[in-house]
Order: sequence, then C-alpha cells, then structure tokens
Amino acid sequence: MTDMSTPTKTSVDEARKKRTAKRYAAEKRFEYIGLAAVLSAALFLVILLWTIVGNALPALTYNYLKVPIELVSEKLTAENAATLDYRKIVRNGIYEVVPGVKGRKDRKKLRSLVSSGAAIELRTEVSENPQWIGTKQEIYLPLSDTADLYLKNLMGDVTRPESERKFSDIEIKWVDQLKEQGKIESRFNSIFFTHGASREPEMAGIWGAVVGSFLTLSVTLVLSVPVGVGAAIYLEEFAPKNKLTGFIEININNLAAVPSIVFGLLGLGFFLNGVHLGWFTLGGGFPRSAAITGGTVLALMTLPTVIIASRAAIKSVPPSIREAAMGIGASQVQATFHHVLPLAMPGILTGTIIGMAGALGETAPLLLIGMVAFIVDIPSGFTDPATVLPVQIFMWADFPEIGFQQKTAAAILILLCFLVAMNAIAVWLRNKFERRW
Amino acid sequence: MNAPETKSVETSATKIACSDVHVFYADKEAIKGVDLDIKEKQVTALIGPSGCGKSTFLRCINRMNDMIDICRVTGNIEVDGQDIYAPEVNVVDLRADVGMVFQKPNPFPKSIFENVAYGPRIHGLASSKADMIEIVERSLKRAGLWEEVKDRLDQPGTGLSGGQQQRLCIARAIAVSPSVILMDEPCSALDPIATSIVEELIDELRQNYTIVIVTHSMQQAARVSQDTAFFHLGEIVETGATEEIFTNPKDPRTESYITGRIG
Repeated sequence: MTDMSTPTKTSVDEARKKRTAKRYAAEKRFEYIGLAAVLSAALFLVILLWTIVGNALPALTYNYLKVPIELVSEKLTAENAATLDYRKIVRNGIYEVVPGVKGRKDRKKLRSLVSSGAAIELRTEVSENPQWIGTKQEIYLPLSDTADLYLKNLMGDVTRPESERKFSDIEIKWVDQLKEQGKIESRFNSIFFTHGASREPEMAGIWGAVVGSFLTLSVTLVLSVPVGVGAAIYLEEFAPKNKLTGFIEININNLAAVPSIVFGLLGLGFFLNGVHLGWFTLGGGFPRSAAITGGTVLALMTLPTVIIASRAAIKSVPPSIREAAMGIGASQVQATFHHVLPLAMPGILTGTIIGMAGALGETAPLLLIGMVAFIVDIPSGFTDPATVLPVQIFMWADFPEIGFQQKTAAAILILLCFLVAMNAIAVWLRNKFERRW
Repeated sequence: MNAPETKSVETSATKIACSDVHVFYADKEAIKGVDLDIKEKQVTALIGPSGCGKSTFLRCINRMNDMIDICRVTGNIEVDGQDIYAPEVNVVDLRADVGMVFQKPNPFPKSIFENVAYGPRIHGLASSKADMIEIVERSLKRAGLWEEVKDRLDQPGTGLSGGQQQRLCIARAIAVSPSVILMDEPCSALDPIATSIVEELIDELRQNYTIVIVTHSMQQAARVSQDTAFFHLGEIVETGATEEIFTNPKDPRTESYITGRIG
C-alpha cells in the first residue's frame, strides 16, 4: 500500500504543479497582453502629439522685416489714419531696405517679400499710435509666407532648378542678406492668435474660430444642461415607470447613437428653413452661420449624452438616502434637491463636460448650417456669422498653401489644449463636490 | 375605529389600529388581511420568518410603500383615529408624526448637526438658530449620542461607527417630534455591544413614543417589547403580550418558530 501511495502522491503533486504553472502562465500572458495594449496606445499618442507639436511649433513664431516707414505725407492725418491706404508707404520703405533694385519685375518681387497684408497691419499700428504721424518709424512688418517658410527651412529642397521653386534665386539672395544684416527677426506670431480667417496664410489667425467656439459652446451649455439635467431628474425621480416612459428612454438612448450630421440636417431643415405647413411655418428664422444656431444644434446633439449621464448619476445615489429624507417627512422635491442631486452632482458634471467636449470637437452638423463659411471678422455676438475650431481646422487642411499646414497643426494643438482644459475642470469640479463626503 | 376617549386609559390606549390590511406587489399579495392594534407608549415587536411581510406591513404605517409604484395597499390603518390612507391626509405630515429608522444606518452625507437639523428645518420647527441648536441637542441627548458627539457636531455623520450612526438616525427621527417611531430591524447591521446600547435606548424611548420594531432576533423581541405579533406568510398568526407569546404560544406555528423549527 505504501509503495503504491507514494508514487500516486507525487504524480498528484506533479499534476497540481503543472496546473498551477499553467494558471500562472495564463496570468502572465494576460498581463503582457494588457501591457502591450497600453504601451502601443501610449506610443501612438506620443507619435500623434509629436507630429502635431512638431508641425505646430513653426506656426507659433513668424519672421518680421524691420522696415523704416516714413509717416510724413500731406495725405496722412490723425483723422484718416485708420482708413488710408498704406501700400505706397510700405512699398517705399521696402525699397529703402534693399536699395538699388531696378526694373519693374525685380521691384515687384522685392515688394512681395513682405506680406500683402502688411499695409493693413501698418494701418492698425498707426491708428493705435497717432503720435507716429509726421515721423519716421522702424516697424516690423510680416514677411510673405514663402519667405517665412524659406527661413524656417520648410520650403523643401532649395537647390532644385529655379523654375521648380516658388522662391527664386534673387529672393533667396535678398532674404539671406537681410537676415545677415539683422533686419529679419523671428517673433511670436501674434497675428495667428489675434486674427480671423484669411486667404493669405500669414494673415490667417485662429482667434475668430476660438471666439466662435466659445460663443457656440456657451449656447450649447445654457440650453443642454438645464434641459438635460431636468429631464434626467424627472425621468428618474418623478415619472411613473410605464410604457410611455420606457418608450422615451429607448428613444433617448437611440438619439445618443444618431450620427451628428443628422442633427445638422435637423438644424438646416427646422431652425434655418422651417417646416412649411401651408400658410404657417414652424421653426425657421435662425441666422445662418451664427453661433446661436450652431449652439442650438449642438445642444440637441449633446442632450442625450447629458440625460443618460445624469440619469446614471442619479440612479447611483443609494435609495437609502431617499428613504431617509422621506422618512422624516421630506417631500419628493425636497428629497431630490436637498439630498439626491448634491450626491449625483459629480457624475452629472462629468457627463456634461464629456458632452461639451464632444460638442467642441464636432464639425459635421455645423457644416450643414453654414458655419463652414469663410469668415474674416471676429464674431462679436451670438447672431454674427462665426466658425468654430474644428471647422477652421477642416478648412485649413483643405488649403493648398504650405503655410496652412502649420496653421492646421497649431489649430489642432489649440483645440487639444481646450479639450484638456475642459477635462481638467471636470476632474477638479468632481473632486470639489466629492469632498463634501 | 377607536374613539379618541379610549386614549385616556394610559398605557393600554390603542395608538395605531389596523384592520383587514392587504398589500399587493403587482399581482402578488404580500399581506393578506392583517388586523392589529398597537398600544400607545409601548414597544410592539413584529417577528416572523424572512419574507413573511413584516417589513412591508411596517412600511404601510407611514406610507413608505407609496414610493414603490407597483405597490397597492387596501384596508384600514388609523393613527390616533385618523385613517392615514384617507385622501385628505398629507403624507409629509404623517411621516413627521410617524418616524422611521431603517435596517442599515443611513445618515445623510452631511454633518452630524445637519443630519438632525434637516427634519426640523423642512418642517419649520425651529424659529431661531438657538432654537435649532436646542432641538438638535435635545434629540441627540434622547438618542444617547450627545456625550459622544457634542465636540464634533460639524463632522460628517457618515464618519461615526455603525451603532453611533443608527443612534444618529434615531435622533434624526426624534428631532421632528413624532409620536410613533417605526424601526425596521434597527440592529441587524450592528455588533452585540452597539445592539445592546440601541436596545436600552428603545426601552427608554418607550416613555415618550410608541415604537413598532421589526426584528429577526427572538431574544431582542423578548428583551425590548411588551407586545408581539407573529407574522407568517403574510398573515398574523398570533398576537399578544410578549411574555405570553414566548412562554405560552397558542398556535403550533408560533411555537415552532420560537423554538427554531421554522424560519
């Protein structure tokens, strides 16, 4: 018996050891798969950020040419400083920087070293500094986008034959010469952060889209949060659980899955055009391309997200809290607003901000209501024509000029910064509310 | 059912009178025609095996079942001679008069002071801040918690121990000056020491309040109650003085339960 049991025991032990080893191996395998997934995700994130930041960085600075500007003219007075055409003044200044250029063609080339928007920039500066009138000032004017790209080494191969380049030999010579003389300076690209859209890459800025996004999201926030949270509270705490509320619930969940462009169609059909019912028009009358229209459409799109997140947050409040409040005679409204809602607040805020972040990155529905239009002026109100950051990115990505490539990357970077900031606010708010025990 | 003049007989006056109470969850009948008189300023224990409907019945007395959509109550429940399911009865006022303490301690995630002050505040019982402080102090003293928490009233009620939390819930119920306190297995989540403290408290509270307690513990029913009702499968099998039920049960089912053969 003992002879028999000993080998049996060891074989049992061995079998168990094998099983254990197998189990540990499976565990390790799973750990490595998980680790690999996380690492590859991190790698792609790094590549993404690297590309965007790498492309965006050149757009943050711009090369300016120091030009002596003669602001002495019988035409220039304090009254018309803001309306005068400064092109001639700029032209004369450039001729002075690079003297001795003869011939119409060469002079034209020389003039085009400086951005065509330089005269407008100068006008803004002079009207802000009327004391300059009647003096000679050294003013930094933005170079043209090709000159700037050349200086940033983004032109591609400059040893190619001249006919294959946008930047000719003589232009290269002038720019190199000016750079050596210290007349070209790389400065912070304030134009990019203060201007609206433009066909000239060097004059195009993100500010119009930032303001547009801000106005649009304000409308979205004001509309979707009260309505969404209110609907969630009603459905969760007050509505009877019957077929009708079940039907509404299913439809809210369905709406959350509806492609955003459909909401754009709704905006176009209902808010802009209106539904014609004989002599009567339902809806319509919203301004085209405006923040109020875009914000309303995005609010409709965000509502299901806000409702679903808020309902989940309200549902997760333990029923014992409701019972406790009701048990000492609180009414349903008191129990909800005094006890349930404060506890659900972190979840509601998180859901709301996720919804808002989604709205911030949304392009498709806005294309349909005309927010893709080329808008140069910074919107100053909810009814002004506006565009938003993602649409601006979409438009710039479509432009052929190399100068817009960096603009696109820089705009993406700014959009990402906004998203990160919003998420940070979400986390901060959540912690703040959770600290109330 | 009970004329108010019967209240003059001190301890034996009927506070709550229930007759032919049926409770339905959708189509399922959870309580099948219960008749029970609960005496004033006494502890009445509802005992019985799990799922026999004693908690459901308890929740009928302050209409907490109203919160459950599919729940339907028929029959007659009168508190101080007033039918509490009558249309003119305000459920908010009813629950202020018939307080409740739950199975699991459920203090609000607010300060100890706020936990007790919330009820008086929504019912407008305190006319000034000093008044409120007095109500909170009195309630906590009656719940036997004052000495332990008087220096940390601003700290969260959820930070107390389980037994302290349950006494805080009792203080919260007392603060709105009810005449009846319903307790749904108040000690089931507590350790033996905390349980004995709460039991002592229940014994003290009986001087001022009518108490109905649902309990799983036969010993607890024997220790704290004067009257006992034994529930089985949605019906009351036997009701009477606790001593009588525990020493001389009339129904064989009661005897089996008490001696541990069913349950």
